Amino acid sequence: MVIVLTEQQQGRFKNASFTAITAGAKVAHELGTQCVALVIGKADDPAALGEYGASKVIHLDAPELESIDSKVYTTFISEVALREKAKLVIVSHTSTGKSLLGRLAVRLKGGFASGVSKIQVEGNKISITRSAFSGKAIENYVLSGDVGVVSLLPNATPALKDGGPCPVEKPDISMSGSSINVREVKRTDGRVPLPEANLVVSAGRGLKDPSNWGIIKSLAEVLGASTACSRPVADSGWRPHHEHVGQTGLAIRPNLYIAIGISGAIQHLAGVNNSKVIVVINKDPEAPFFKAADYGVCADLFEVVPKLTEALRKANGA
Amino acid sequence: MKLLVCICKTPETTAKIAFKDNDTVYDSTGVTFMLNPYDEWYALVRALELKEKSGGTVTVINIGSAEDDVMIRKALAIGADDAIRVNATPRDAYFTASQISAYAKDKNFDLIFTGKETIDYNGSLVGGMIAEILDLPFISYASHLEIDNGVAVVTRDIEGGVEISEVNLPMVCSAAKGLAEQRIPNMRGIMTSKTKPLTIIDPVEVPSLIQEVRYSLPPQKSAVHMLQADQMDELVRLLREEAKVI
Repeated sequence: MVIVLTEQQQGRFKNASFTAITAGAKVAHELGTQCVALVIGKADDPAALGEYGASKVIHLDAPELESIDSKVYTTFISEVALREKAKLVIVSHTSTGKSLLGRLAVRLKGGFASGVSKIQVEGNKISITRSAFSGKAIENYVLSGDVGVVSLLPNATPALKDGGPCPVEKPDISMSGSSINVREVKRTDGRVPLPEANLVVSAGRGLKDPSNWGIIKSLAEVLGASTACSRPVADSGWRPHHEHVGQTGLAIRPNLYIAIGISGAIQHLAGVNNSKVIVVINKDPEAPFFKAADYGVCADLFEVVPKLTEALRKANGA
Repeated sequence: MKLLVCICKTPETTAKIAFKDNDTVYDSTGVTFMLNPYDEWYALVRALELKEKSGGTVTVINIGSAEDDVMIRKALAIGADDAIRVNATPRDAYFTASQISAYAKDKNFDLIFTGKETIDYNGSLVGGMIAEILDLPFISYASHLEIDNGVAVVTRDIEGGVEISEVNLPMVCSAAKGLAEQRIPNMRGIMTSKTKPLTIIDPVEVPSLIQEVRYSLPPQKSAVHMLQADQMDELVRLLREEAKVI
């Protein structure tokens, strides 16, 4: 069995979970087994996970599980994994998944891998591909032990619908003993959280002044993209820290990353060089970012960005 | 309060990335190493601040060879009281977490800090593994932490926001940006670091849970396609039809 832990926000499944189930179902098929979705807490329509390839959903809806305590979650996931004779447990490489993965690996004595972009099956061995050295190398290895545990990147593979609803089982397991009391969760806005965004518009010091952020915002709105920034922009308080991408900020891998007025220091590249397509807009032809870019525009951003926004608006209307 | 901070070395940010022995091991020939920034800037400094506020000791622990001693001395120069080096080559996160747990299990630490990840292998695993082995609560990616009467109030980064929790000590915590500000060791720190205790201990045996590790370098990017400022319609077309990302 391949077990996939889902994540919900206010009952709605995150896209990362659809990706994880799509990937889990594929691995399960190759191993000649099935993919079970494990849902903890409130969920609107768990049966719909069958559409992405889950053959069964195990849904534990207990109010005490609303706050995530890695210890309590680990106990539950491990019990299900043992009962279902899991060969592989997949969590998403998110704040939740990252806080669980180490614990799960120890509890299940399983081969482990974090931030996985690909899971391969060769015979009955499971191997993984992940990036290391901040995107400057690719690591590949085999998971040993009876069960593997991995955290899968939220956009490792497109989520594919390929089926209908599946049965939902309510397990008879009680959870207790949380030692963590979540007092408050503050969400900054209603946009797609940066680590899950497929399209990202990011700006750096070239913007000169925080009052110029409007042109970045307009571009992001036309694209339906999330916004991000470089370290100096976050450090000087122009933008909140959770928008800072780079080595000490967030590492992201969107399908499209548009870097505006960012020179592309190695520390910044470390956080974004796994993006599928990179567009760089910078007036300095020597900006190192052009070497990492797919498309480049060497011109004044205050001229280019409004033109790009207009071109997108026109294309959207057509 | 007894505080333990896990520290390790990583290649400098600009170091050349290459592999040897059939691409199974990182080739560190000629590479300069530094303390992992999350360990040094955030985990260690926050531990020192907590000690300065309420008293106690800060111990740093490293898994490595004698080559790492210079980095351990740096942590002592920044302000740690004493250091432990487990004399072994770190093999993977489970190996590292097992060594740290074996040392810490009977020492009654109130708080064990790790960095949120190392900037080389980017695993983000050791903290959770220590917590599991020692049966302690674990908070990852802490960007703010205060302690009041044996209860830690921790803010951690989550997607699109923060989560604020209360946890009874002892606990394990992984440090992210925001937890503290980098400190540069001063001359007095550097002088006293030379006489602070650095104890070398032997590793415990740990089974390996990963095998046949192979590294490769990412495929070379093809040359950048440059456009002029008045070609934005063309850029949109390329993103749609060539790159297929919008």
